[in-house]
Amino acid sequence: MSAATVRLDRITRRFGAVIANRDVSLAIDPGEIHALVGENGAGKTTLMRVLYGLLEPHGGRIEVDGRPVRITSPEAAMRLGIGMVHQHFMLVDTLSVAENIVLGHEPRGAFGALDRKRAIAEVETLATRHRLPVDARAPMTSLSVGAQQRVEILKALRRGAKTLILDEPTAVLTPQEVDELFAVLRELKASGAAIVLITHKLAEVFAIADRVTVMRAGEVVGTGAIGTLTPGRVAELMVGHPIAPLRARAAITPGDAMLVVRDLEARDARGLESVRAVSFEARGGEIVGIAGVEGNGQQELIECIAGLETPHHGMIAIAGRPVTGLPPREHARAGLAHIPSDRLRRGLVPAMTLAENLVLGRQSEPEVARSGFSARALARRAAPVLIEYDVRPPDPLARASQLSGGNQQKLIAARELERGAKVVLAAHPTRGVDLGAVDFIHRRLLAERDAGRAVLLVSSELTEILALSDRVLVMFEGRIVHETRPDQTDERTLGLHMTGRVATGQTGARGGA
Amino acid sequence: MKRALIAIAAPLIAIALALVAGGLMMLALGQPPLEIYALMMRESFGTGYGIGQTLFRATPLVFTGLSVALAFRAGLFNVGAEGQLYLGGFAAAMTAIALSGLPPAIALPLAILAAAVAGAVWGGIPGALKARFGAHEVINTIMLNFIAFGLVSWLGHFVFEPATVRTASIAAGIELPRLEGVVPALRGAPINASLFLALVTAALVQMLLFRTRLGYEMRATGLNTPAAEYGGIGIGRIQITAMTLAGAVAGLGGVNFVLGYKHFFEMGFSGGAGFLGIAVALIGRNHPAGVVLAALFFGALSYGGLVINQRVPKELVEVLQGLVILFAIASQAALERAARRWQ
Repeated sequence: MSAATVRLDRITRRFGAVIANRDVSLAIDPGEIHALVGENGAGKTTLMRVLYGLLEPHGGRIEVDGRPVRITSPEAAMRLGIGMVHQHFMLVDTLSVAENIVLGHEPRGAFGALDRKRAIAEVETLATRHRLPVDARAPMTSLSVGAQQRVEILKALRRGAKTLILDEPTAVLTPQEVDELFAVLRELKASGAAIVLITHKLAEVFAIADRVTVMRAGEVVGTGAIGTLTPGRVAELMVGHPIAPLRARAAITPGDAMLVVRDLEARDARGLESVRAVSFEARGGEIVGIAGVEGNGQQELIECIAGLETPHHGMIAIAGRPVTGLPPREHARAGLAHIPSDRLRRGLVPAMTLAENLVLGRQSEPEVARSGFSARALARRAAPVLIEYDVRPPDPLARASQLSGGNQQKLIAARELERGAKVVLAAHPTRGVDLGAVDFIHRRLLAERDAGRAVLLVSSELTEILALSDRVLVMFEGRIVHETRPDQTDERTLGLHMTGRVATGQTGARGGA
Repeated sequence: MKRALIAIAAPLIAIALALVAGGLMMLALGQPPLEIYALMMRESFGTGYGIGQTLFRATPLVFTGLSVALAFRAGLFNVGAEGQLYLGGFAAAMTAIALSGLPPAIALPLAILAAAVAGAVWGGIPGALKARFGAHEVINTIMLNFIAFGLVSWLGHFVFEPATVRTASIAAGIELPRLEGVVPALRGAPINASLFLALVTAALVQMLLFRTRLGYEMRATGLNTPAAEYGGIGIGRIQITAMTLAGAVAGLGGVNFVLGYKHFFEMGFSGGAGFLGIAVALIGRNHPAGVVLAALFFGALSYGGLVINQRVPKELVEVLQGLVILFAIASQAALERAARRWQ
């Protein structure tokens, strides 16, 4: 199934006055994994949407096997063997795996009805041939995120995709699932497929790619075989300047316990126990990191601390005030700022303006209420904040949905850190965010700590946990199973605790001071 | 900018397409479309009387359109404007009759208030059911429409004039005056001071939505409920408040007929204005100014349909209304898609 050679030649694409792609050229050869890297908003996704027929280019041309083509729709792209796996899956939850994969091109039985048996057989053959294990009969809802992604890949392969575009495929995966995905990609490559991997995680680029193309501000700023580049060089190209390491943290004696969690128990949506007897505290002037593979109770813990979920048992106090079972507003009033883990679902109202989003959760504060809720009043208030927090573009009247992921995250950070809360709950604050924004948010969180606030950092990125935390707690199956300090551990050790491969005595498991 | 452009262009395109489709139907009936449309225009906007009729028919649609739009902004679909309007009219009549001994300056505001309160209760019930039990407001508002009709016919046994389906007449003076008294050109047309009440209500809804904290909280809830919840907004409180206000606005619409035109309540007076309010809100893009313009359009269509009745069946107007809605939904989607591709 050798792929065609796809060549993008001086592609230009504008959005209004903004140029998302300027004279971008890119060649994708069969049998290679081509990493397309760059910060959020650098134009990677735009370029791939042009290739997949979702956007019309304003200039330049596309060649497949030397033949100029016009790709006007995803159907046209698929006819040319180009398939795409979107960052947000396009799957129907109520259907089975096989039904999802054949959707749109179903094998027909009597009277044109879906021939389920043939669909399942076809999917099983396909899965075996590409070594992508899925249960064709399983309902979509029972699948893990990693398995859902395999279904997306199979869907593209079934439609004859030989050039496969994956848009930030690892953003939602656990480390184990990333390994599995990479194995699949290597398999596909060996069979002659061409793969474009959109990412901004350099470790992944150097783990799997053959070639890398770096984009910045809509242009290609560098391209080359993986052996000719170093991670440091690629990072510099992406950001446009050398990245300074995080400054050494000032030694601060932690103050009073600002966030106290005692014997907390919570249940998830299915009624299963998800947080079990968790106790810890975070003091003013320290960052407490909670590490863990996603799905080990962190989300429920976060929601309880934010007041979005009522704990089943136990106690939470913020700045000395018990808030257990009270609504989110009371948690905020007691002194909690919360950067939520899901920015599009919880953190933002995408259809509202940046100015309106900057007061979400603060609408009852006298200072906000006094200035009024007219678009103009909110915009006046927002303008300096957007500049201070480097939200691009700093247009208070733009919609939040128009921002790149990194800038959306900076917008949320601006709102939550600007209020001067005593406790900062930062859940996956840099997930899916580009290097520049990661660095920015990290510095801001450290500044909060230095200003004497208590920061609770929940993240599945161990580098982030180790770089920022003063203390690290590891969560596994709803419990805190390990407590340590960054200078006394490493990623490997933490990884073992995270996956329950260390028999923990309960000593030190009840974290806290 | 682009959004605003689509917001304005989509309804206009829809209206144009609906008129073309309606024209083809007229051709099929052997009537010249341009002539018929010209006749409609002339009759609904060309004479003082016609303008008065158009505005009279547009007035309740402003109220019901605002009602649907207000609820929609908070993420709720109020299909109950019909029942809320109906009860509002009934409450206004009963209050005015009960207070006939009081000076009109006191009785009239109370009768108007009664209309709003009755509508508010009828809207608040599905709001509370949604907030408390998660019961879907579409089902409950539809059911409450039937209950409103039934309730009034039952109460009618006690209060209607013998052998009629109407109440006694309201004492002279407790009424919203007709505008023909001030603008002689409107002579004979039932347009009355309710029009100003409608415009003031539209301005208030606009203020509420875009200038106040409650409006902000309602819009946030409507656009992304989990984020609103995260932002400390009590979702249940917003749902109850939004539906209560929506009901009050629809209830107010009842005064146009009861206090401004007939001066009594009559069964069936609402005549689908509540349901048409859904279309008005849709074409008006859930924006108070848009709702006023859309109500004017549907008002003109409704009166224009009567005057062309000689030439083409008046049901054609209902077909036109349906076509406008159909094309509005389609053109909105088509324009947004085109905008995404081309920017």
